[in-house]
Amino acid sequence: MAFEFSDGLYFAMAAPFVAALIAPHLWRLMGHNAAWLLALVPASIFVYLCGFIELVAHEGVGVKPTPITWLPQYNIQYSLFVDGLSLLFALLISGIGIFIILYAGGFLRKHPEQGRFFCFLFLFMGSMLGVVLADNLLTLFTYWELTSITSFLLIGFNHLKRASRRAAMQALVITGGGGLALLPGLILMGYAGGTMEMSELIVIGDVLREHSLYVPMLILILLGAFTKSAQYPFHSWLRNAMEAPTPVSAYLHSATMVKAGVYFLMRVHPVMGSTELWMYTLQIVGGFTMLMGTRMALRQLDLKKALAYTTIASLGLLVMLVGTSSEAAIAGAVLYLFAHALAKGGLFMMVGTITDKCGTSEIAELRGLRHKMPITFVAANLGAMSVGGIYPFLGFVAKEEIYRGLQGGSWNEILLTIIAVAGNSMMFAAVFVVSLKPFLGEETEKMKGALKDFQRGPWLLLIGPIALSSLGLLFMFIGPFLSDNLLTPMLYSVLGYHSSAKLTFAVHFNEALILSLVTIAGGIFIYYEADYIRSIRQGIIRTIGKGPDDFFDTFVTGLIRFSARVTRLLQTGNLEVYLAATFVVAAGTMLTPMILFDELPDWPSMPSLHFYEWAVVLLAVVGLFAVIIAKTRLTAIISLGIQGFSVALIFLMFGAPDLAFTQFMVETLSVVIIALVMNRLSLEERDKRPLAQTVGDSAVAIVVGGCLGLLLMSVTQGSFDTSLPNFFTDYSRVIAHGRNIVNVIIVDFRGLDTLGEIAVVMITALCVFTLTLGTAKQFRGGQGAKDAALPSTQQSQDQKGADQ
Amino acid sequence: MNTLIFRTIAPFIAALMVLFSIFVTLRGHNDPGGGFIGGLIAASAFAMYGIAAGVENVRRALYFQPLSVAAFGLMLSALSGLLSITQGMPFLTSQWAFPSILGVEVALSTPLFFDLGVYFVVLGGITSIALKLEEE
Repeated sequence: MAFEFSDGLYFAMAAPFVAALIAPHLWRLMGHNAAWLLALVPASIFVYLCGFIELVAHEGVGVKPTPITWLPQYNIQYSLFVDGLSLLFALLISGIGIFIILYAGGFLRKHPEQGRFFCFLFLFMGSMLGVVLADNLLTLFTYWELTSITSFLLIGFNHLKRASRRAAMQALVITGGGGLALLPGLILMGYAGGTMEMSELIVIGDVLREHSLYVPMLILILLGAFTKSAQYPFHSWLRNAMEAPTPVSAYLHSATMVKAGVYFLMRVHPVMGSTELWMYTLQIVGGFTMLMGTRMALRQLDLKKALAYTTIASLGLLVMLVGTSSEAAIAGAVLYLFAHALAKGGLFMMVGTITDKCGTSEIAELRGLRHKMPITFVAANLGAMSVGGIYPFLGFVAKEEIYRGLQGGSWNEILLTIIAVAGNSMMFAAVFVVSLKPFLGEETEKMKGALKDFQRGPWLLLIGPIALSSLGLLFMFIGPFLSDNLLTPMLYSVLGYHSSAKLTFAVHFNEALILSLVTIAGGIFIYYEADYIRSIRQGIIRTIGKGPDDFFDTFVTGLIRFSARVTRLLQTGNLEVYLAATFVVAAGTMLTPMILFDELPDWPSMPSLHFYEWAVVLLAVVGLFAVIIAKTRLTAIISLGIQGFSVALIFLMFGAPDLAFTQFMVETLSVVIIALVMNRLSLEERDKRPLAQTVGDSAVAIVVGGCLGLLLMSVTQGSFDTSLPNFFTDYSRVIAHGRNIVNVIIVDFRGLDTLGEIAVVMITALCVFTLTLGTAKQFRGGQGAKDAALPSTQQSQDQKGADQ
Repeated sequence: MNTLIFRTIAPFIAALMVLFSIFVTLRGHNDPGGGFIGGLIAASAFAMYGIAAGVENVRRALYFQPLSVAAFGLMLSALSGLLSITQGMPFLTSQWAFPSILGVEVALSTPLFFDLGVYFVVLGGITSIALKLEEE
């Protein structure tokens, strides 16, 4: 098969992972300047992906590289798919990735583990690319979970900080838990649609929407998407993820992880969307998240956290817009997503630079930075103007489009418009609080002290914010190109039919413009009242107290307590209890089906036996009797051997010499080994049990024995299937050149089984070896406090066991 | 149990048992026997010898670590299965050869080596357990 342009995508997908391997070594050689070289990796991916723009824009439907088959019988393969939606996301991930890598080089330039950081960052980049480019649902899921794991590594990067560890674990639990819901959702989707390929599923929307499993499917998928995109009440992980170093926050928020959920909602919109359940769920959750997010953003005293909440709010807005399923609103969402990704990346880097230079990110402490950091000041406000939606930035066009899309006149749309206007005003205020307050005013004494030996740069820190913030303005000039080649194909992917996103920067005088002006006016008002609002909010929150974040802690602590209790209940450490439980369960499983299905065996007719056969049976019974009346444990064990030998004799008489030989040897060896073990455990010679326990144990023994007997009887009363014995008799000579069928089966026909079994024997021997190694040390009287501690706890446990 | 008669006679019985175990293993393909039972017989021989003469003597008689013997057996079995892969057949497909050595036709086969592997695993594994327990 010829190698096509699109097949190169596999190399592009592998590149970040390869870079992750190389990065630490490169860092060791070059220090933080390695970032310049490493940034070439996302840059080349970006350039390569640009090659798809024309393909996707002209063919419209998307490009699918040759899939790599893995388990074709289960429809599982490694396959990728590029259409407008995935291409835009992939371009954002790799494009913003360039600046993030550069910025990380500057931001962590003094960090002793910067190499490791680069490694994690690349792993994350690769997983995100995988999520958006995967076609097979299971390929997608694998990458989806990889983003959870790699973001766990990134958030917990400063693992010595307790807050970091908690935030990382929280992110993993919430997004990973969402992933657990997503997997069955995806499988249901594949089952209902009859294919695991997303590119095939998105054209058969009716089949999925009318399937009887649509509702559970939708709920599971929404759970996955909502947790990933930090929708209420799963949002707290994103706020706490601010514990991560700033490049991570910038990357997580701008392009990637959190938008994976939005991406997925957009991805399944043509198949799952437009139903009432879909619309109302997304609108309610999204709208609420937006209002809650902006409100919390205004309340924050910390630059980074304030930005984090505006991201949560923006995601809410996006989810809400996808939920409207209206063409123009989704076009607005597509534009907004693009504008937000660019601006937010720059804003986060800007905040990181301030923190880096001033050592704090408290809004109240920062004043008058414009003299020292003019470039950052300008970059920050370019970004803020785009998020705030001021003409002629990309954000303005996006907002116009959103307002245009929400116009309709039904109560539903009026409500959504009010939510959008209110949310956007608050977002406007929150963003400008972050981008203006630290720079305006006069420097406080404290600030002067912190900035005494201020140095600009390095360039690594400045490139990202400048580039990303000004892109929002630059796209004004290439708007038509952008809308034709990127946004229209993406809109097509989300809607499932052709529609064009018109990106014009001419101002239209209509309702949308009025709403925009209202938003800006409201934003300015809130900006000036921000301090006042903050103080009220603080009071209210203090009285309400608990939020989902606290709930998470309660939940996790409760879970740990619950599992500890269950463990204590089941794992008593008392062998007698374990054995009794095992036997009772075994008896139950044997007896219950027989009674339920009325399959109790008939009483068998007594076979006529020769006198020596009777003698052997009698011998076995005598052996058992001897076990019961034996005074010492050793006698009991040896008596058990009598019974075993009798059974072996029966095997011998009825034509199974192999089995008989083995049984003889096993009996002998087990008596020897049990005797040795007993000797070692230094148990009491006699088995002293209280009467009640003896009676109980006997009852369990009789019931289990009886059940097993019944089971065997019912088995032998069924008709005997002779096909296998016939096969072995017929072929053991011909194929395996052996007359002993048993041996032929073991070494030839079922060789793999035997190989497994001898491996088990080997492992058992290893285990016993290791176990006795430990006890041998103990018995020899271990030296040091560590060894001494072990036997004592062992003893106390034994004591407890004895008490019970 | 540690009587003079037992101590005197044990080495002879043990030697006989080991010899018998090899015989049982090799004839297993056509008559009752095989690697598993052979290994058990040999293991009981060593266990008994250990009770009579002490663990040290058994270790000296075995020369190799019992666990190494078991590991060798496992490897032998696995390798005997690999031979078929070189012939382009699935893992563990039996291969036969009938070369004549000194004018006698000898049947060589991968199941034979497989069975020997089983023998060594059982011998080594069980002996290792028994010796470990007999120590102290």
